[in-house]
Formats: sequence, structure tokens, C-alpha cells
Amino acid sequence: MTVYLIRRLMQSVLVVWVMSLIVFLGVFAIGDPVEILIAPDADQIERERAIIALGLDKPLWEQYFIFVQNALRGDLGRSFVFNEPALRLILQRMPATLELAITATLFAVVIGIPLGLLAGLKPNAWYSRTIMAGSILGFSLPSFWVGLMLIMVFAVQLGWLPSTGRGETAMLGGIQWSFLTVNGLRHLVMPALNLSFFKVSLAIRLTRSGVRETILQDYVKFARAKGLSPTRVIGVHVLKNIMIPVVTVMGLELGSTIAFAVVTESVFAWPGMGKLIIDSIYVLDRPVIVAYLMIIVFMFIIINLVVDLTYSFLDPRVRLGESKA
Amino acid sequence: MTPPPAEGTIVAKPAATPAPDSEVQAETAPAAVRVETPLRRFIVDFCDSPLALFGLAVFAVIAFIAIFAPWISPQNPYDLAQLDIMDGRLEPGSQSMDGKTFYLGTDDQGRDMMSGIFYGLRISLLVGAGSALIALLVGTTLGLTAAFFGGRVDSVIMRIVDLQLSFPTILVALMILAILGKGIANVVLALVIVQWAYYARTVRGSALVERRREYIEAAQCLALPNRRILFRHLLPNCLPPLIVVGTMQVAHSISLEATLSFLGVGVPITEPSLGLLIANGFEYMLSGKYWISFYPGIALLVTIVSINLVGDHLRDVLNPRLQK
Repeated sequence: MTVYLIRRLMQSVLVVWVMSLIVFLGVFAIGDPVEILIAPDADQIERERAIIALGLDKPLWEQYFIFVQNALRGDLGRSFVFNEPALRLILQRMPATLELAITATLFAVVIGIPLGLLAGLKPNAWYSRTIMAGSILGFSLPSFWVGLMLIMVFAVQLGWLPSTGRGETAMLGGIQWSFLTVNGLRHLVMPALNLSFFKVSLAIRLTRSGVRETILQDYVKFARAKGLSPTRVIGVHVLKNIMIPVVTVMGLELGSTIAFAVVTESVFAWPGMGKLIIDSIYVLDRPVIVAYLMIIVFMFIIINLVVDLTYSFLDPRVRLGESKA
Repeated sequence: MTPPPAEGTIVAKPAATPAPDSEVQAETAPAAVRVETPLRRFIVDFCDSPLALFGLAVFAVIAFIAIFAPWISPQNPYDLAQLDIMDGRLEPGSQSMDGKTFYLGTDDQGRDMMSGIFYGLRISLLVGAGSALIALLVGTTLGLTAAFFGGRVDSVIMRIVDLQLSFPTILVALMILAILGKGIANVVLALVIVQWAYYARTVRGSALVERRREYIEAAQCLALPNRRILFRHLLPNCLPPLIVVGTMQVAHSISLEATLSFLGVGVPITEPSLGLLIANGFEYMLSGKYWISFYPGIALLVTIVSINLVGDHLRDVLNPRLQK
């Protein structure tokens, strides 16, 4: 176990290093930073002074070395646009994204599991077919399109819900949250629903196949034979057994939910990390782009590590030695 | 898909069951009766599902529109001389200044939405199908190589595949486009990079099974070159799952391209795909001018759903476990 963990950690460090190289070379070497950093009307002497001040006259490997050194100290550069450290800028936006992603995951569990249960218990009923057809749509429709339709129906036509921003926020633990105010909640519902669309389909599928497998087990037959009410058989004996894998997968999907939040945040102008990176790409705010990419790579490596460990913990049949990178 | 005659028997083998059947039929029935080849059987099976046929028909119409867009569009949306700013943001069905009808309305530039959608479909399909095809070539080659040679080659390729699949596609594509910038070529490159791993994994899975069969051994005993064994013997037998994944990936890549273009990091504004058309109309949607982004959205939806209908049924038809 310890050997495995150490090997995995070393692999992760290697991946972070390779990614930092790719990101650095990609962002700083393909485009010309001088063109972007220095005002176009600067004369030759000013230009050269600025190049030296920014360290752009040094060879590329030395620049990369300085970048890594700073990055290890938690300094990923300053945003050109906000004139703030890029790292702080991103961390400031992180709670909004996390709030959205966690709410979406909750929606997926609350909506997906009952629907999946329904479809699993009566696989041939008309409503089960409708649910399954709906879940195919959930997998195949682009999420920005679903977001647009939600806005069109609920914000423009019906006028029930606001379509942009976080609304009023309240302070908790030094961070602003939307879910603490009624107005904030109203702003949260649609983006979270949009982001959860794919996860709901996933939860439906997982629950349905889980139910169909579990219902044939001997202990379910025995519970029935004992004369327990159907509600109790389903609620306790079936549901309890399928909840663990479903909830685990939903939790482990949190990483990809955060990634897909980029789309939802852009549609609903939700001020999270995803919106920040898209805005930064528009204005070529390179330090923010680099910092975001590095943070995301780092985050995913940790998530993948946790996922692998959790799987092996939950299912001893997964042998650690052969686990994926 | 029709195999060359010399290898016909080999190709028939894994889709396996039909082959013995057809031989029996051919012997008992008079020679005039058509022999049931795997391909023909596949077509008959596919036609079983009216829904899948409907999907195929819809997709055929969409492909027709995309290919012949310049000839069937009422107007060339890129030709500024044909546009009149006075026609901007007209509702569907309204008349232009010079008496033309805009069946799907116009955008803020006075561009006919229907023409815009036709041209947008062209770019969406080109980027989507093109990148899926390139990814298919790259992924299949690497997957076959990994399965055939095994050992170190296999573990290096599959490590990269695993690593790639552990990051969400949208994120990888966004990273690549953040670095490279907008442009059709860049979008295609990004889509190829995020998709090849799916093909590689699929092909490797079935190739690992196939490469232990006798016909591969026989081919090796004949001292055929590796390249020939890989592409003429191994590949045809790994096709069924590849076709299914390929179909689904075309839909996925069209959807991903639309998403990237919607986010403003995809295709350039001069060559709008459906995703970019939707993004352009987004701001007007809030003021009730729904058609500028609604109709491109419907076109995108119909395209993706029709491909998925076909792909879903292909999976049933080509799945050997489901074959009678």
C-alpha cells in the first residue's frame, strides 16, 4: 500500500512537471509575450528596458526555471487586467464554482436516483421508457444548448427565474455564498440544474442497472418472502445496497462537474473560475491562463489519486498495482 | 467494407455466426439465390429499427444541406454586398426590403438565418466529422500497434491513453485552444487530441482478443510483413466496435465543437459554425428575439440526435453478444 502510494505520488509529480513544461512552452513560447506586455507605441529603448525588466532576454530554459521557482513559492504571476496575483484571483472565484458544482451533484442525486429506481422497478412501463429516452438526451445534448433553453423558457418566457449572476450573497466562514439568501438561491437553481443535466442521466443509468441486479438477489427474495411491505423491501433492502456505488460515483464525478462548469458559468454569467478563464482567454491575460491551467492540472491529479484510492478501498478486487495513472 | 476476395473468409469469421449460415444456404438453395454476406445481413439487421432508419434519413438530409449549402441557400451569408442592415433582426417569415421572405428571420447584420444555418452546418459537420475521422486513423493505428506488439510499446501508449482519459474532454480542448488560439485548424487539432484515446482503447480491447486467434498466427507463419498483418488481418476483425464508437464520436465531436465555438474559443467569427451562430444570438435572446439562436440550436440538436439514433442501433446490431 505504502509502496503503491509512493509510486503514485511520484507519477503525479512527473505529470505535474510535464504539464508545467507544456503549459509554459505553449503559452509563453508560441505567442510573443513582448507584443502583449509592452505598449505598441513604446520606442526601442523602452522596449529593451521592459524586456530586461520582465526577464524576457534570458534564454528560454532560464525563464522556465524562474517560472518553476516562483510557482513552487505559490507565485504564478500577476494578472495584466486585474493587477492582482493570478493565484489569489482564481482562489477568490473558486467558492462560486464549488457551490455550483456541489449543488448540481445534489440535484443529480435527488432527481436521478428516484427516476432510476422507477425505471429499474418497471423496466417496460411507458414512464420507464420515457425516463430512459430522456437520459439518452441528457448524455447527448450539448449542455450550453440546454442552458439556453432553460433561460428561454424560465427567464424570458415565464420570467420566473433570473438568468445571470449570483444574486445576493451572504458571508459564511469569510466567503460569500449564494445559497444563504432567497435571492441567491433563485439565481442558483437554473445554473445548477443545467450543470446537473448530464449527472442526472448518469445517476438514472447507475440506479436503474443497480436496481435490476439487486432485485434478483436472494436477500431481496427472502425479504419479500418474510412478508415485508414492498416499500420496506425497496426502501431498505434494495436502495441501501445500490446507494453506495451511486453516491460514490456521483462524488467522484465532482471533478468533471467542476470542469464542465466552464460552460454553465459562461451561459449564466456565473462569476466562478470557469468564467474567469474564458474572459482571460479573450483578453490574453496570460498569467491567469497559466495559473488556471496549473491549478486545474494539480486539482485533477489529486482527484484521480483520491478516485483510485477510493475505488480500491470500496472494492478490494481492484488491485492497486494495476491501477490507472 | 467489402473485403477483397482472398480474405473474405477471414473477414466473415468474427462477425462469425452469419458465415456458417450463409454457406448452408448457398449449398441448399439454388445458385440464383443471393448469398447472405455479413454486409448484407448487417444491412437487413439495421433496417429492423424504424427509428434508426429515420435517424439515418434525417442525417442524410442534413449532410445534403451541408454539402450543397452554396447552391440551395437563399443568400450567401458571407457576401456583405447581399446584406442590408435595414433587414436586421426581422422575425421569422417577414419580408425583406426588396421583397424576399426570411423564413427563419434574420440576425443583427440582416443575414438570413436559414442561409446562415446551412453554411454553419457545413462547418460544423466538416470540423466534427473531419476531426473524428483523423482521430479514428491516429487512434486505430496506435491501438492496433499497442495490442499487436504488447510489452513496452503497449504500456507507454496505454499510459498516455489513461492519463488523457482522466481529464475531461472539454478541459483538454480548452487548454489546447487557450494555448494555440482560435481557428478551424486548431479546433480540429484539439478535437483530434481529445478523441484519439477513445479509439485507441476500443481497438486495443478487441485487437487483444483477435491477435491470439489462429489466422494471425497463420499470417505470421507466412512471414507477412507486420504492416500487412495489422491492417489487412487484424483491423478488419476489430471493425464492429470501432464503427459504433466512431459514430458516437462524430456526434460528440460536433457537440464539443459547438460548445467551444459558443465559448468563443473555437472557429473564427468569419466562418461561423452552429455553435458560434448560437452564441451570436444569445444576447438577443434575453430581449425576446429568440430566433437568432433558437433555430441554429434546433439544427444542432437534430444533427446530434439523428447521429445518436443511428449509433445506438448500430451498437445493438454489431454487438456479437446480442446476435442470434
